[in-house]
Amino acid sequence: MTPLAMPPVAIGPLAPVLIVLGAAGLVLLLDLLPRPVGRELIATVALAGLVGALLATLARWGKPGRAFQDMLVLDDFALFANVVICYAAALVVMLSIDYLGRNGPETGEYYALVLFSTGGMMLLAAAGDLIVLFLALELMSLSLYVLAGLFKRELAASEASMKYFILGAFATSFLLYGIALIYGATGTTNLDRIAAAAAGRAHDPLLVIGLGLLLVGFGFKISSVPFHMWAPDVYQGAPTSVTALIATGSKAAALAALIRVLVTALRGSQPDWAVLLWVVAAITMTVGNVVAIAQSNLKRLLAYSSIAHVGYMLIGVVAGGSAGPGAVLFYLLTYAFTTAGAFGVLTLCERAQAEAVEVGDYAGLARRHPVLAAALGLFLLSLVGIPPLAGFVGKFYLFAAAVRAGYLWLAVIGVVNSALAAYYYLRVVVFMYMREPEGAGARLVPSFAGGLALAIALIGIVLLGVIPAPFADLAQAAVAPLLR
Amino acid sequence: MSTVWLIPALPLAGALLNIFFGKLIGRRAHWVAVPAVACAFLASCVAFARVWHGGSFTSSLFTWIVAGDFEASVIAYVDPLTGVMLLVVTGVGALIHLYSAGYMHDDAGYARYFAYLNLFVFSMVMLVLAGDFLVLYVFWEAVGLCSYLLIGFWYTRPAAAQAGKKAFIVNRVGDFGFGLGIMWLWTAVGALDYPTVFKSVATLAPPTATGIALLLFMGACGKSAQLPLHTWLPDAMEGPTPVSALIHAATMVTAGVYMVARSHALFERSGTALEVVAWVGVATAVFAATIGLVQTDIKRVLAYSTVSQLGYMFAAVGVGAYAAGIFHLVTHAFFKALLFLGAGSVIHGTGGEQDLRRMGGLSSRMVTTTITTTVGGLGLAGVPGLAGFFSKDEILAAVYHANRAMWALLLLGAFCTAFYTGRMLFLAFYSGPRMSKEAAHHVHESPPVMTLPLWILALLTVVTGVALGAPSDAGTRFARFLAGVFPIHEAPHGGSVAFMLMVLSVVVVAAGITLAWFMYMSTPVRPEAIGRPRTLVHAFLLNAWYVDRLYDAAIVRPLLALSGYLARAFDLGLIDGIVNGLGRAVVGWAAALRRVQTGYVVNYALTMLAGVVLFLAFLLSR
Amino acid sequence: MTFAFAALVAGALLGIPKLIAPRRLTPVKAEPFECGMDPIAVAEGRFAIKFSTVAIFFILIDIELMFVWPWAVLYRELGWFGFAEMLVFLGILMLGFLYIWRKGGLEWE
Repeated sequence: MTPLAMPPVAIGPLAPVLIVLGAAGLVLLLDLLPRPVGRELIATVALAGLVGALLATLARWGKPGRAFQDMLVLDDFALFANVVICYAAALVVMLSIDYLGRNGPETGEYYALVLFSTGGMMLLAAAGDLIVLFLALELMSLSLYVLAGLFKRELAASEASMKYFILGAFATSFLLYGIALIYGATGTTNLDRIAAAAAGRAHDPLLVIGLGLLLVGFGFKISSVPFHMWAPDVYQGAPTSVTALIATGSKAAALAALIRVLVTALRGSQPDWAVLLWVVAAITMTVGNVVAIAQSNLKRLLAYSSIAHVGYMLIGVVAGGSAGPGAVLFYLLTYAFTTAGAFGVLTLCERAQAEAVEVGDYAGLARRHPVLAAALGLFLLSLVGIPPLAGFVGKFYLFAAAVRAGYLWLAVIGVVNSALAAYYYLRVVVFMYMREPEGAGARLVPSFAGGLALAIALIGIVLLGVIPAPFADLAQAAVAPLLR
Repeated sequence: MSTVWLIPALPLAGALLNIFFGKLIGRRAHWVAVPAVACAFLASCVAFARVWHGGSFTSSLFTWIVAGDFEASVIAYVDPLTGVMLLVVTGVGALIHLYSAGYMHDDAGYARYFAYLNLFVFSMVMLVLAGDFLVLYVFWEAVGLCSYLLIGFWYTRPAAAQAGKKAFIVNRVGDFGFGLGIMWLWTAVGALDYPTVFKSVATLAPPTATGIALLLFMGACGKSAQLPLHTWLPDAMEGPTPVSALIHAATMVTAGVYMVARSHALFERSGTALEVVAWVGVATAVFAATIGLVQTDIKRVLAYSTVSQLGYMFAAVGVGAYAAGIFHLVTHAFFKALLFLGAGSVIHGTGGEQDLRRMGGLSSRMVTTTITTTVGGLGLAGVPGLAGFFSKDEILAAVYHANRAMWALLLLGAFCTAFYTGRMLFLAFYSGPRMSKEAAHHVHESPPVMTLPLWILALLTVVTGVALGAPSDAGTRFARFLAGVFPIHEAPHGGSVAFMLMVLSVVVVAAGITLAWFMYMSTPVRPEAIGRPRTLVHAFLLNAWYVDRLYDAAIVRPLLALSGYLARAFDLGLIDGIVNGLGRAVVGWAAALRRVQTGYVVNYALTMLAGVVLFLAFLLSR
Repeated sequence: MTFAFAALVAGALLGIPKLIAPRRLTPVKAEPFECGMDPIAVAEGRFAIKFSTVAIFFILIDIELMFVWPWAVLYRELGWFGFAEMLVFLGILMLGFLYIWRKGGLEWE
């Protein structure tokens, strides 16, 4: 018998994910200690894991690595996405310390699940194989399903969790079916080899159907129309800190994976998916923005807003080339800071006033807590896309990429939508600054971690807005390995 | 690696530090602000050294967005003119920052004050460094904003808040024209950066050039307080006195002169525009000087004097003597800052007294202030040997060769200047004390941190004229330094005509001061007689030619009435109707679409399935 | 081509019995499971959640077996490397097991 060839174990490219998952295990163990440890300690361990992963990711910048026979590709693209994911998750963890103080569910589980899903997201962004992609997607999603329903006593949370799970499973089955068909058409699940095998066979029905079903699965994860309907219900029902994670991290990971699959494995079918996504992008941003106008619940409003923003980001995917995906990566960075910050302010206000999620609850916030109101105001203005905040620059790069790729009308639709969006964001600002507060609200004093998280997010949106060039250059450079 | 970026970066960093950590820094705010501007001055010296032998260079300060071949960046353009302006702004700025540490010592908003002041220096430096009209415009507005913040610094005082608002609104009128001019320039030339614009103005049709130049000059009128937009500057004296010295005498108000000199290629393309500039300058110079004759508030005397001196600068650039105009800008920055700081020292030493009628006899109590302020006053009046003498003489000589009527008017203005300066000095320092016993008891000299800047500025007032402004056949040394930027004015410099002009102006100055001596020194002053209109002319001057009242009656009130009417008839009916109609349509749509979101998982899944079918049908049909 | 062939075969397999197979239905025969359980009941019937958790644990151990079986077959060839890998795998699994245990997931009542 010939001895089996052992696959080399490359720890290097795995290190960021391993740190996150290791921290998750540690958090679980801490939760098991006979004498209960403080929830601050658990949160600190989780945060340390995320910061460690962030540092490990940054340390690997410019040193691409592959592991397990190209199943995991930690190139600059994956690293950039991982940085976004780690930042978002770290902000969420910092904000959770305040937020969980109110309901106090099992904190060990909470932080472990956040870390598990973060690990899934990081793997998703680095997946070089459809099987790994699927596993990572499931690791991320299953953790999020549970997290959404973590507040077991709240009906809305249970409902959100259940809907998310059922519809998510529904969508995942399409995704898996798509993977199977693509495997059937090309005989491999490796992205690079799919590209080689699919060359010149763009109209093979198996491949086309596989592509369509993949787009359905991803469409669900990034909540693009018509697979977006879960988002408002889940965003509203889930604990706000979890909502922040769903809106930032999972979206960033799924978009990164979508871009990688489309640009590397299915580049031959670009004429097909570009036209389809053109329509999806246009409808997604329009539906998101128009329906957001009618919302009175702030979490729901932000859910529709996030749908609209996915529409913007799809513009970059459609534009293609190196400018499009680069613009999407940069946008993800700005969006992670902005959205995590906005939800962060919500978590703080919610903590102080049981359920302060209606727009009316924010009347006169500027009077009661000028700093929080100013912060939320800035985040919303960045979402609108007012210069010189990050949101403006992000949109500028997306639209510029579209115009240069010849998609003038898509850019026009995007600009019109941005103008439309100003209405509902500014309405919140108007409530905060120009209405009298209804009754005396409780005093809001964010903890050190919560305040720090908001400060980081604020600095992030201002920094990315004022000196975007170096970061945008990094995002552009990160796309290069995909296009080889 | 160029160090130009340090010049704006340091004051900006100082401003940000004091804004965000003002509570923490508190009384130590000057430890941040003063070194920031002082180091910016050193960096300016480095930049100045690079253009010492003429020439120019550009330096990219900041790149905002780069997307493909599109690039939005801020590029600094440095030539000898920029170098001179940088030295004045940061040098005088540093001295005034230092002075403020003493003057504002007990103010509650200490950190806020220094934050604004640093922010102003940043904006002003950027205005000077700007390499294109867009950046110039942005910081043109920014210095206006800083000015607004600092005039209204004591915002609890209604007069200060009102003055800040007035400055802002009057400036908006000018800036409206300025903005239009830049837009027109852009459509006409297709670029906004200086080198391209000045190269291509030669191809502009003269009427176009005239239009653009006049619109730009409208902005200059607002910023530099020229007729008819001068009304805000006297009111701006509500701000702290060092602010008046820095912003409303030495730097910001001269931005208009700088802008016209900088775009001289454009103005020269149109003879009409230059003529307008010159006449507005002459008219303002005389007009403001006559008002200065009768003012009783020491700061208002200086304010009208500033308006008048700015008129001299515009007259100079209007007749093409750019170097003379800029030289007067520099010397004026020195002696007028000195005068304001001296006045501030007086106000500080007398416990807040600004009325000349209740001063007098300060020369024995405030020796340093008296000496330095007198030097500044003599410099302003144009006493031979001091800076103002040389710079004003250059202007008078240049104007004499261009237009005799203008020259005669400016000579009249010089007489008025000498008179009101002498009057101010005599009333404040040399005549007998008129304040109450108790007030007189408290009079004290200012601390060294305030007198040191006074000494330095006095020294500059004495030295600058002789060193840089002595006329010769080849123009002054200053003009030769700027030769790369401006053509040397071709008017003859030496000879008997020049000598005659010089003698004449000395005679006029001597006459003005002597008259003041007769009126306010030789006989005891009766305070109740000053500032009370005895004749119609006197009343006319005291009310500043009734310009404010005219504006109020002719513009402000009709405008308020009209806007009230429009708000009722037009806005409520038509505009609101359209906007609300559109809004309601969208909201209606939103509500309809919202109903699709039923909340039932089955419906959601069905929608998804429909999406799957559509996706596949679409892809397979291709 | 392949696609059409697959569709044809699938259609034929569904269609041919319809045509030729004899049909004699009895109630018992019509039931999906002929093991005595009544398959028709109210869908919203309740059952204790502990059944569900036990089922999930079972699946976990089941999958573990799927990995351990081939490993055991090839144990000698895999050598120390395989041994270490399996220890890591089992360690992680044990961590989960420990967690379930400590959190009271194994207690029936």
